[in-house]
Amino acid sequence: MTSLLEVEDLRVRFSTEDGVVRAVDGVSFEVDRGQTLGIVGESGSGKSVTSLAIMGLLRGRFTVEGSVTLGGDELVRADPDFVRELRGNRMAMIFQDPLSSLHPYYTVGNQIIEAYRLHTGATKRVARKRAVDLLGRVGIPQPEGRIDDYPHQFSGGMRQRVMIAMALACDPELLIADEPTTALDVTVQAQILNLIADLQEEFGTAVILITHDLGVVAGVADEALVMYAGRPVEHGTLRQVFYEPRHPYTWGLLSSVTRLDREPEHRLRPISGNPPSLIDVPSGCPFHPRCPYRMLPEPCSTEVPEYAPVNGGHLVACHLSEQERTETFARDILPRVQSSVRKGG
Amino acid sequence: MAVPVGVPERQAPGPTTAAAGGRVEGRSLPQMAWRRLRRDRAAMAGLGVVSALVLIAIFAPVLTWLNGYSPTQFNPGAIDPALGGVPKGPLGGIGAEHWLGVEPKSGRDIFSRLVYGARVSLLISVGATGVAVVLGTVFGIVAGYVGGWADAVIGRTMDVLLSFPSLIFMIALVAMLPNANRPLLLIVVIGFFGWSYVGRIVRGQTISLAQREFVEAARALGASTRYIVFRELLPNLAGPILVVATLTIPTYIAVEAALSFLGVGVKPPTPSWGQMLSDAVDWYQVIPSYFVLPGLCLFITVLSFNLLGDGLRDAIEPRGDGS
Amino acid sequence: MIRYIVRRLIAVAGILLVICGITFVIFYVLPADPATLACGRACTPERIAEIQHQLGLDRPIYQQFFDYVVGIFAGRTFGTGEAAVQCPFPCLGFSYQNNLPVWSLLMDRLPVSASIAIGAAALWLLVGLGAGVISALRKGSLWDRGAMVVALSGVSLPVYFTALVLLYVFYIRLELIPYPEFVNPFTDPAGWISAMILPWITLAFLFSAMYARLTRAGMLDTMAENYVRTARAKGLPERTVVVKHGMRAALTPVITIFGIDLGQLLGGALITETVFGMPGVGQLAYQAIGTIDQPVIMGVTLFAAFFIVFANLIVDILYAVLDPRVRYT
Repeated sequence: MTSLLEVEDLRVRFSTEDGVVRAVDGVSFEVDRGQTLGIVGESGSGKSVTSLAIMGLLRGRFTVEGSVTLGGDELVRADPDFVRELRGNRMAMIFQDPLSSLHPYYTVGNQIIEAYRLHTGATKRVARKRAVDLLGRVGIPQPEGRIDDYPHQFSGGMRQRVMIAMALACDPELLIADEPTTALDVTVQAQILNLIADLQEEFGTAVILITHDLGVVAGVADEALVMYAGRPVEHGTLRQVFYEPRHPYTWGLLSSVTRLDREPEHRLRPISGNPPSLIDVPSGCPFHPRCPYRMLPEPCSTEVPEYAPVNGGHLVACHLSEQERTETFARDILPRVQSSVRKGG
Repeated sequence: MAVPVGVPERQAPGPTTAAAGGRVEGRSLPQMAWRRLRRDRAAMAGLGVVSALVLIAIFAPVLTWLNGYSPTQFNPGAIDPALGGVPKGPLGGIGAEHWLGVEPKSGRDIFSRLVYGARVSLLISVGATGVAVVLGTVFGIVAGYVGGWADAVIGRTMDVLLSFPSLIFMIALVAMLPNANRPLLLIVVIGFFGWSYVGRIVRGQTISLAQREFVEAARALGASTRYIVFRELLPNLAGPILVVATLTIPTYIAVEAALSFLGVGVKPPTPSWGQMLSDAVDWYQVIPSYFVLPGLCLFITVLSFNLLGDGLRDAIEPRGDGS
Repeated sequence: MIRYIVRRLIAVAGILLVICGITFVIFYVLPADPATLACGRACTPERIAEIQHQLGLDRPIYQQFFDYVVGIFAGRTFGTGEAAVQCPFPCLGFSYQNNLPVWSLLMDRLPVSASIAIGAAALWLLVGLGAGVISALRKGSLWDRGAMVVALSGVSLPVYFTALVLLYVFYIRLELIPYPEFVNPFTDPAGWISAMILPWITLAFLFSAMYARLTRAGMLDTMAENYVRTARAKGLPERTVVVKHGMRAALTPVITIFGIDLGQLLGGALITETVFGMPGVGQLAYQAIGTIDQPVIMGVTLFAAFFIVFANLIVDILYAVLDPRVRYT
């Protein structure tokens, strides 16, 4: 039994004036129908490029290696027209900033109808009925009255609902949501995430949720993949990644989870330092310059840690021994993040 | 900047690269702009030609001394009165004596006139740009920073100026004004009709700067208007103003040449490229070089300034599309 | 929207009045007596005084200005008795040198300027927009580099230089076309095109170059927009992405600039008309300046300003039609 989406050793490189950017460097995962995978990382970790590579939406001077299989069809080496036919049909995507992602010159109805008619060949009237139906389904009040409005006439949350309606127009098997709530108010964030979860249950869609915020993943994902510098550093079930995280970077992310019950200044405990350049990735473990638990010089700055299972399907790329990891987590991290972990469960 | 070409992700890893690579760190904005400009070969070529032109204009007397002919000196020996004043020798008299030939009828040396023409062209265009930039910057900052009635008055004034058919008006004005100190008159008239373009840009930039945190912070801390304008606004406006100025100069070179071509610009005997072109119109079938040379000078000068201006704009206000 | 248009119309009237006033003051103050000029050579002081009186030049300046403005709407009569000349609505003054009201001079010349402007505009839209779009889509290619080099040269060449080179090559050397002149487009369309083609190409070369650069920059910005990525994510064919989602947004600002440029040219392409000897509004202005025919200079200035201001108004209204985000109140 194979999964709906299988990504195998995906590598994406961009050539720029300053050198080769290794945006994605050996990422593998699977997502099945009705499942949600959360991909977590800071900006520049390669999570967005991964999703664009799956969709065939990369532009510029790039190379893609590895394989992406959707329902048995290989996409990386496929004819671009074949992949185009799948986009918006069997796989769809929603983006971070719904205002700039919707065309300002066309009504929302027009933009939904366009996608639907393209893939189904439906008549205008049928497509319009479908668009009204979709807008209602994603929770836009009085969809008949709003279908001829322009994107700027909607609020941020409503615009993202429009984006979702557009993405769902052809009942896609796979939905990729790239930071779908980042540009939205906190209260609206939860509504949008619940909407995605509800629709997923209803349609059995496979969802990839891309975010920099582990808290977002906690509510809706079944599995989580943590990426750093274009590479996977930890991958497991939601339970594994949240309750037994084994990578110091994941610990850092856990400490910076968005929390509503704390004052804003206490809410974020960002990991010190900046994400590395993807042209000049640090030697050994790419996270070692920022890692509080690094062992220098060896092995952290000299050897790339093996991405290996710790128990069951839980994968981690870190030089610390399993014992050191469990002990450090229990000692340093758990007391600090207890409440958010409880909430996350 | 290591913005990957075509990476559709909007969060460009700018500071990231700076910190990790350590090469860009600690560089000031002008230094970074200069680094970008140096990589732009077209802009550097433009800068090279512009520098050469400035030197030619400054050292015009030296160049004509080397050549041996002043730009206004008649040389009856170099022309053939029997043939209606056509220059002696082939190609309009080009040779060792007269490097680029002589004018028909008068026998004045074309090289010397072109060199002094560069002087006139640069003097007027740079002077008029100076007038336009000073007026535009002052009124733009006042309109953008003070706002209210000042903005309304200056805004309407700019509307009127932008609605003027300025070429017709300039020609009429310059044609009717007395002949004394022609270049100064041209500088004032061209600059006066042009400042509203600079003013619009400065006004827009000032408004957006005034809303930025550092200006609001300075204001909240009780900084004087004088301090804010000179220490916060002007340094940040310098880049855009430099770009506009560089792109304004070639426009004004063209305007001066056009006015002189139409006979209302620089008056003879002072040489100007536009005026030389207009003199050459009657001869261009007989002595093509007489017509082509000032045209070429004009073209290369305007082109170089445009290349430099385009490059400066890309270097100072990078759009991040990888170009 | 209606309220906005009405408000703008009032502003337009205001701007025109101010331009009229400034022009009036400047040419009144300037040291050239219109009466002496209008009088001609064999002139006696009595005759000058008579003309001064006829033109109303013996009255205070504000009175003269008032008469001028009223005359535009109501028409006026210069002088009295047998010497009286009629200047019907819209009276922009009376040219004694031409012995005609300025308005009828302008109306004689407008078809020429309009012919030049419209033909050139069609040409430069086609070439400029086309070259710009293709360059943007093939950024960095040989075509893009070549087109941008030509475009940069185009904006750097003086119009009169291009005009004379074209005239030399196509008329004198190749003898391909007749000497440019004005031919009535309604009676002889083919003759119109062949007689006007050189001025069109001359102007279109400059403007195509400008528009190609503008269009390219606009297309590059637009194609990097998130909504274009969305269009691709829907699976639209690249052609639809470019035309429906890219060009629509990229060309809207270019079209508005086009309105303003066309407005300017309708008010006379002075240099082009002068170089080719085409009797348009621009050439009329140039001739009037040469002979210091003050009423004509004033009239042309106002006439040209009218086109510029109106083009701006139409462009702003058009913008609201093209971009749904723009709404005036």
